[in-house]
Amino acid sequence: MSNENILEISDLSVSYGGIQAVKEISFSVAEGEVVTLIGANGAGKSSTLRAITGLEKPSQGSIRFCGEELSGLSTDAIVEKGITLVPEGRRVFPNLTVLENLRIGAYMRRDDLTADIEWVCGLFPRLKERSWQKAGTLSGGEQQMLAIGRALMSRPSVIMMDEPSLGLAPIIVQGVFDIIKEINKQGVTILLVEQNANMALKAADRAYVMETGKITMSGSGKELLENDEIKTAYLGKAKKRA
Amino acid sequence: MSMDIFLQHLLNGISVGSLYALIAIGYTMVYGILLLINFAHGDIFMMASYFMIFAVVDFRMPIWLALPLIILLTIVLGMLLERSAYKPLRNAPRMSIMISAIGASYLFENLATYLFTGVPKGYPDIPWLTKVVNIGSISFQIVTVIAPVLVAAILIGLMALVNHTKTGMAMRAVSKDFETARLMGIKIDRVIAATFVIGSGLAAIGSVLWGAKYSSVYPLMGVMPGLKCFVAAVFGGIGNIPGAVLGGIVLGLGETLLVAFFPGLTGYRDAFAFVVLIVMLLVRPNGLLGEKTTDKV
Repeated sequence: MSNENILEISDLSVSYGGIQAVKEISFSVAEGEVVTLIGANGAGKSSTLRAITGLEKPSQGSIRFCGEELSGLSTDAIVEKGITLVPEGRRVFPNLTVLENLRIGAYMRRDDLTADIEWVCGLFPRLKERSWQKAGTLSGGEQQMLAIGRALMSRPSVIMMDEPSLGLAPIIVQGVFDIIKEINKQGVTILLVEQNANMALKAADRAYVMETGKITMSGSGKELLENDEIKTAYLGKAKKRA
Repeated sequence: MSMDIFLQHLLNGISVGSLYALIAIGYTMVYGILLLINFAHGDIFMMASYFMIFAVVDFRMPIWLALPLIILLTIVLGMLLERSAYKPLRNAPRMSIMISAIGASYLFENLATYLFTGVPKGYPDIPWLTKVVNIGSISFQIVTVIAPVLVAAILIGLMALVNHTKTGMAMRAVSKDFETARLMGIKIDRVIAATFVIGSGLAAIGSVLWGAKYSSVYPLMGVMPGLKCFVAAVFGGIGNIPGAVLGGIVLGLGETLLVAFFPGLTGYRDAFAFVVLIVMLLVRPNGLLGEKTTDKV
C-alpha cells in the first residue's frame, strides 16, 4: 500500500506559554494512506495539525513534506505546497455563499475552477442544491460537507481533518466517513484526527494513539481495534475477564 | 422658509454628508476587518490636507499633478500606520490595538503641531471645485454637487469590489475568521493592507473636497470630522459600507437642517452627531443597516 512517506514528523514539540501540548512526537504518513491520530481531549492532536499547517510555531522538531522542511513557513506557503486542513468546528465562512466558500478554497489557484466545482458537487449533491445559500444557514452536517469540499478545491495532496464527526448525528457521521474513503480512493492522502476512535480506526490504514502530548501506541487500524487497552480506553468496551 | 432656501440647505446638507460618508467608509472598512476603531483616521485626513498645501503652495505643483500625488502619499501614510502601530499587535488583545490607535492619533496631532505649528493655513484654491454656480435663486459651489456624485460612484465601485472580486471575497472571509482565511492560502496581511489603502485614499479625496468648502487647515482639524464620521459609521451599522454612506448623509443633512430650522441652535451643531449616536445606541445598537451578530456554535 504505502510507497513513500509524503509527510514525516520527527521530534515535534508544541508549547503554549510554557505548557507543552505536544512532546517530541514522531510519525509519518505515506502517500495514499489514511492515517488517524486518536486520543482524548487535550492529548495534543489538534496542536499537531495546527503545527503542520503553520498556525502554531513548533518549539522543536521537523515537519517534512515530500522531503521538504515545512516548519518556519507561513500558513499560505504551506497550503500552496498541497497540504490543507479541515479545521475543527468546520469554520465555513457564514457570510459567504456555498459557492463562494468553494471558490475561496481554491484562492491560490489561477486556473479554471468549473471542473473542480462540479467534482465537489458530485461528491456532495446537497451543496449543489444550496450553492446560492449563505453557508451560515446550512445545517451542521452540510457545513461539514462544505468544509471538506472547500479543502478539496485547493487540489491538495494531503488533506488533514480535525474531528470531522464532532457534533454530528450518527447517520451523518457515517456519511462523513464514507466520503473520507471516497476521497482517499481518488488519490488524496488523509491524516485524520478523531475522538470517535471506533469509526476512525475502521477507516484508517494506520493509526497512532496520543496521550498527554505523546504517541503511546501505533499500528494498523485493525490491530488497534482489537487491542484490549484501546478497547477499554477508547471504544468503551469492558475488559474481557481472564 | 421659502422653497429655494430649503433646497439650498438640502443641497448643502447632502454635500456635507457626502464628505462625512467618504471618511466614514474608512472607519467602517477597517472595523469590519480588524474590529478596530482606527482613531487615527481623522488625523490621516488632516495630514492629507497638509500634503496638499505643501505640494501646491511650497512646491508650486499644478493641481492635476498634486492630486494624485497627495492621494498616493496619504495611502503610503495609512499603510505605514497599519504596519507600525497595528500589525505588530495582530495577536494581542483588542484593547491593546485600540490604545495603539489612540496613541497614533495623538502622535499625528502633536507631530503636526510641532512641524507645521498650530497656526491655521489656507487650503489651496482649486477653481473647478470652488467656483460658484447660480441656478435660479440657489447658489452653490461646484464641489457641492460633485461630492454626492463622487460618493455614489465610489460606493458602487466599492460594492462591486467587495461582492464580485476575488480580493473582495478574501476581505469578507478575513473579516469573519483570520485563521481559516489563512488556511485558504489568503495572505491576510495583504488584505488588511488593502483596506487601509482604500480607507486612506478616500480620506485623501475627502480632504480635497473638504478643503474646497472649509479652507482652514490646522493640526486638530481631523478631530471633529473624525469623531463625527465615526458616529456616522456606527449610525449606519459599523462594518457595513452602504451603512457608512447612509450614516454620513443622514448626519450631514441632519445637522445642516437643524441649524437651518433652528438658528438658535447653531452652537449645538456638533452636538447633534453625538445625540444621534446616543439615541441610536439605545434604540438600535447594530445601526441602521448593521446585521445582528448571531454566533452559531
